[in-house]
Amino acid sequence: MISGKFNGVLKAVKQVRGGVKVDHHKNTSSCEVVRMPDPEKVIMPMQQHIGAPCTPTVSVGDKVGVGQVIGDTDKFVSAPIHASVSGTVKAIGDIKLPNGSLSQAVTIESDGENRLWEGVEPPQVHNREDFIKAVRASGLVGLGGAGFPSFIKFNFKPEQNIDTLIVNAAECEPYITVDHRECVDNSWDIVSSIHVICEYYGFKQVIIAVEDNKPDVFKAISDVAKTDGNGDKIKLMVLKSKYPQGAEKMMVQSATGRKVPPGKLPGDIGCIVMNVASIAFLSRYLKTGKPLVKRSMTVDGSAIANPMNVRVPIGTNIGDIIDFCGGFKEEPCKIILGGPMMGQAIVSTNLPVCKQNNAILAFAKDDTVLKPEYDCIRCGRCAQACPMSLMPTLIVRFAKAKDVDALKEAGINVCMECGSCAFACPAGKPLVQHMRLAKSIVREADKR
Amino acid sequence: MTASKIPSDKKLTVSASPHIRAASTSRRIMLDVIISLVPALIASGIFFGLRALAVVAVTVVACVLSEYVTRRIMKRSNTIGDLSAVVTGMLLAFNLPSSIPFWMAALGGAVAIVVVKQFFGGIGQNFVNPAIAGRIVLLISFSTAMASWTQPLSGFMNLTAPDALTGATPLVAYGTDAAPGLLDMFIGNRGGCLGETSIVALLIGGVYLVARKVISPAIPLSFIGTVAVITLIAEKGDFVALAYQLMSGGLVLGAIFMATDYATSPINFKGKIIFGIGCGLFTCLIRLFGSLPEGVSFAIILMNILVPHIERITTPKPFGTVKEKKAKEEKKA
Repeated sequence: MISGKFNGVLKAVKQVRGGVKVDHHKNTSSCEVVRMPDPEKVIMPMQQHIGAPCTPTVSVGDKVGVGQVIGDTDKFVSAPIHASVSGTVKAIGDIKLPNGSLSQAVTIESDGENRLWEGVEPPQVHNREDFIKAVRASGLVGLGGAGFPSFIKFNFKPEQNIDTLIVNAAECEPYITVDHRECVDNSWDIVSSIHVICEYYGFKQVIIAVEDNKPDVFKAISDVAKTDGNGDKIKLMVLKSKYPQGAEKMMVQSATGRKVPPGKLPGDIGCIVMNVASIAFLSRYLKTGKPLVKRSMTVDGSAIANPMNVRVPIGTNIGDIIDFCGGFKEEPCKIILGGPMMGQAIVSTNLPVCKQNNAILAFAKDDTVLKPEYDCIRCGRCAQACPMSLMPTLIVRFAKAKDVDALKEAGINVCMECGSCAFACPAGKPLVQHMRLAKSIVREADKR
Repeated sequence: MTASKIPSDKKLTVSASPHIRAASTSRRIMLDVIISLVPALIASGIFFGLRALAVVAVTVVACVLSEYVTRRIMKRSNTIGDLSAVVTGMLLAFNLPSSIPFWMAALGGAVAIVVVKQFFGGIGQNFVNPAIAGRIVLLISFSTAMASWTQPLSGFMNLTAPDALTGATPLVAYGTDAAPGLLDMFIGNRGGCLGETSIVALLIGGVYLVARKVISPAIPLSFIGTVAVITLIAEKGDFVALAYQLMSGGLVLGAIFMATDYATSPINFKGKIIFGIGCGLFTCLIRLFGSLPEGVSFAIILMNILVPHIERITTPKPFGTVKEKKAKEEKKA
C-alpha cells in the first residue's frame, strides 16, 4: 500500500493581494483541548448551518440518546441536527440566535448518563454515493465559521473536473487556535481522512495549507504524512501569515494560483476547500458513526480568567462555558462569537453554542474602544487592503446615492465582509457596515 | 466573576465587525507629514533666516485659524485636531519666497483653507491641492512680490523684508555666471521659494514618508522620472543641465509632498503612475515652451483636475473577473 513519498513542506503557489497585518494573539496555541463536563441541559437551535432550517423530529417528553437525530429537513441545502447529550426533551420553542433572527430550538435536559443512541453505528460506505450520504447524515457543516453543509461540497458533477482538495488550516483570525490544536493533536485523523476521501475521489492533489506562524503543525503533519500511502498526493503548504489568508477564495489562489470568478464557487475551477477540523471529524465519524455533537472552541480575551481550548457539546450555554474557563477576571464589555475580525458581538451570554462557532472572546473595556470616526482622507488604504480588489470608498459613495447599477459594477457582491478595509482605515470608518448596507440596497432593488 | 453573575442591567457593547482596528489614524498620518517637512524647515531657517520661519508660522496660523472659523460659521465639527491645516500651511509657506509680506502669506493661507478646502466639504473633498491653489492665487495677484528671490545666507536675524537682495532663480540663471554650483543646489544654498531649495532635506522627508508607508513612491518617481527623460532629450544628453533642471524650481518639493496629496491624487497604483507622468509632462511643457518661470504648481493642479477621469479608467476589476478579450478567446477555443 505504501507507494507514494511525501513531498515535504511546499511554498504557496501565489501571493495573494491586499490583506492586513493583524496581531495574532494566539495565546492558547499550546493549550491542549480540555473536555468540558456535560451541562445539565442543552438548547439545540434548528438553524445551525447556511440553508433551510430543520424541523424537530422529536416531541416534548421523548427520551433521546447522544447522536440521535432531533431535527432534519428534506430541503437540499441543510444538515441534520443530533442530540448532544442523553436525556429528555423538555421544550420546543423559538429562541433568538446571536444574529438576532428567530429559530426553533429543542431543549434537552441531560440525564447525566451520556448514553449513546442505539442507532449510532459506523456508516457503510462502498462508493461515492454512500460517502456523500454518510457526510450528510453526520450533520457536518463547515466548522471554520461559515457553517456551509459539507456534503454539498462533495456532491459535484463529473464534468466539473475537480482535481484538488484543499484542507484549510490557515486560521488567520487572531486568538483562535482550535484548528491549530486539531492539526497537532489529531494529525493522524486528518491524514487518514484524506486517505479515505481519495479512495472515492480521484483528486490529483490534496493541499494542506497552513500559515507560517504555526511551525509545530508542519512537524506534526509531516511526521504522519510520511508514513501514509497517499503521501505523494499530500502537499503541505506554507502560507504567509496575513489576514484574510484563510478566506476561501484567497486560499484557492494561494494554493493553486487559480482565481474564483465573481459569483462562482471553488468547485467551478476544480477545487474543494474544507476546514481542517471538518476533515478530521470525518475520519472519526467514518470509524465510529458518532455524528457532530461536540466541537472545540477557543475561549480567550482580556476579560477571561483562564483562556483555554475546550471541547463542548453543541447547544451548551455560552455563560456555562465561560464559567468553566474560570469566569471573568474583569468586567466584560464586549463578547464576540468567532474571531475579532469577522465574529459577531453578542448581547448576552445566555445563548447556545452552534456547530459553526469556533471561539468565544470576551474583552474588558479598554480593548473594546474603537477609534473615533473622522472624515475620509482618501488615503486609499481600504482599497489597498481589499483582497477582492474593490474600492470601498467608491462603494460607500454609490451606496449613499443608492446607485444600484454602479454598486454592481463596483463588485459589491464580491465583498466577503472580511473587515480588512475597516481595520486599515485611519479615519475609523465602519466600512463593513457600509458594505452590508450597500448589499441590502442591491438586494432590495433586485426583489423589485 | 462568573458569567451568571453579570448583573442583568449590565449592557454588553454590540458593534459590527471588525472588532479591532489598525493603530494608524488620520492625525498620525498628518503628524508624519509634518515630521517629514521638518528637515526642509530647518534648512529654510539656515539659508533664509528667521524671516523664513516667520512666514511658515504666519501661514500655519492663518490656515488653522481660517479652518476653525469657517467650520464654526458653517456649524460643522471642529477639525483642526486632524492637523491637516498645519500641513497645508507649511506646504504653502514652502512655496513662497521668504521676503513675501506677512499679510500676503496669511491671505494665501485663508484662500487655501476657506475657498479650496472648506467650501468643497473639508478634508478629502477638495479637488485641487489647497496649498498649490493658494500659491497660484498669490502668484497671479502679486507677481512682483512672488518673484522676488532672497539670496541665501543674507542674515539670520533679519526679520524685516529684505529689499535689495533679489536675484534670478537657478532655473532662469542656468548657463549664466549667476548659477550656483551643483553642491549648493543640492544642499539648498541658492535663491528660490523658502522650502524648495534644499533637495537633501526634501529627500530625507520623502524617504521618511515612504518608510512610514504614508505615501507610495509611485508618484514622485514617475513625476521626476518623466521630467528627467524629457529634459535629457531636450538638452540633447547634457547631464549637468539635467541635474540643474531636476534640482531647481519646486520639482522635488512638488513631486514628494504636493503631488502625493491623498485627496487630489489617484488611489490605485496604475492611476498614480499616469498621474505622475502627466505631472512631469506638463511641468516640462511649461518649462520648455511657456512664459512662466516655473511649471510644477500648474502641472500638479492640471493633473488634480484630471484625477476623477484617471480613477475611472484605472479602477481595478473585482477579484476573479475574467477579461472580456480572454473570455472571448476561451469561447472560441
